[in-house]
Amino acid sequence: MTDVYVVGIDMIRFGRYPDRTVAQLAADAALLALDDCGVGIHDVQALYSGNIGETMTGQRTLQLIGQTGIPVVNCTNACATGATAFREGWTAIKAGLFDTVLCIGVEKMAAGMIVKKKIGNEPLPAEGLIGSETMPAVFSMVGLEHSRKYGTTIEQFAKVSVKNHHHSTFNPKSMYQKETPLEEVLSSEMIAYPNTKLMCSVNVDGAAATVLMSEKRARERGLMGRAVRVRASALASDAWSERNQVMQDVNTVSRQAAKSAFEMAGLGPEDLNLIELHDCFATAEILHYENLGICGDGEGGRLIDSGETALGGRVPVNVSGGLLSKGHPLGATGIANIYEVATHLRGEAGKRQVQGARIGLTHVVGLGSACAVHILEKV
Amino acid sequence: MEMKSTEALKPATSYTHIDADGNPYLEGSRCGDCGAVFLGRRENCGRCGARGRMQAIHMGERGQLYNYTIVYRSYPGIKVPFISAIVDLDGGGAVKGNLLDVEPDPKCLRFGMPVRMVFRGAETASAEGVGHIAHFFIPDGERT
Repeated sequence: MTDVYVVGIDMIRFGRYPDRTVAQLAADAALLALDDCGVGIHDVQALYSGNIGETMTGQRTLQLIGQTGIPVVNCTNACATGATAFREGWTAIKAGLFDTVLCIGVEKMAAGMIVKKKIGNEPLPAEGLIGSETMPAVFSMVGLEHSRKYGTTIEQFAKVSVKNHHHSTFNPKSMYQKETPLEEVLSSEMIAYPNTKLMCSVNVDGAAATVLMSEKRARERGLMGRAVRVRASALASDAWSERNQVMQDVNTVSRQAAKSAFEMAGLGPEDLNLIELHDCFATAEILHYENLGICGDGEGGRLIDSGETALGGRVPVNVSGGLLSKGHPLGATGIANIYEVATHLRGEAGKRQVQGARIGLTHVVGLGSACAVHILEKV
Repeated sequence: MEMKSTEALKPATSYTHIDADGNPYLEGSRCGDCGAVFLGRRENCGRCGARGRMQAIHMGERGQLYNYTIVYRSYPGIKVPFISAIVDLDGGGAVKGNLLDVEPDPKCLRFGMPVRMVFRGAETASAEGVGHIAHFFIPDGERT
């Protein structure tokens, strides 16, 4: 089977675009990605479109940039939507069906808290009556479970937010570029204990897109110079775990996807030079250090204290600013994370460049649950 | 059980039931093959995949606080703050519910603290709950 390469990739700056539609934002990102590698829409053999809020987004995007009649697959997989669209494109090239595909992730978010759609046949809305199902509540519980097991403190969780906001000051495509000192993070409005407002990701609009090619086509087109090799693409759903029915478990699913990805790549956590992981809430990042194996179980709090995951440290995490500061347009996040890692592997990340980066990993978790992990390598 | 004569009240969830004597309880299922316990009625086992081996059970009413969060910002119209608790029930299974009759303050909560289930009018937590009965948890004073 051929290796698959990211030959073109880009994202729009995450922010608020009240005057542009979902399809327009997707088209903006798609054209940026095509122009990044000098490929035209007529060269694209299939489109994989990731978007949660609307339907048939891929087709409506092509209506704005070229209706060539190619197959379009619309994907939705909660916060793993963009990464799932990417993986569908990767799968099709691996299978030998196509040599050039386009993958897009896009979302427009309402301001304020995400309100869960009612599913099933429950007589009453559960929120506030049967505990809470808000995203901050879910990820606060996930964090407190870590505190219960290992004594992780609210200050340690808050330091994740300090770090990622600091990183974002070097990223012109981030929603915010503002330092948030520890005292400010801790004293901002409490949303669900222990996550304060500055420990919650930002709901923004955004889009990211990438052009993937088979090795043969990338060589023919002379695109290997800035190409990034996809060493692994792994997707997992949540295996049964003890309290999964009433308390979301982002650990089991992350560990399963990470294990598959490392096996596919023939690499281990010690080989990683940078990571973009799913910091939808500050609490989550600490857990994912352990889920991805960059420290042992129970050592996540110590790892953030050590500074090893900050820019300049042993394995910088979320140098883009992460979902906490760059923003989290659900369907776009998975491809935006891949854009960040690819940009470092190309040596094009400017002031936030992780020096000498050769191998990077991306991780997203969609509740319900889906986890996608990709490992990328400098060619 | 705090509440009797609940015939007039409707169950707040699909797994809330009221027995012939008017006593409310939560219904669960246990897999006859692997023993996994689920909240609510199941036909097949999500843990081991066994088909048609699920037995209906009454979930226990006593347990320990496994985990919680204190919710300060919720959906519009929901009274805050409140404690959203995950309780490991004696006899198996875990249930989510509001923990009442204790200050919503981490200093007043302890992982593993004994709690018990009570059934109260759902309107105490949600304006839409009028006419419904729901489960809640309270500290189990007898066992602290």
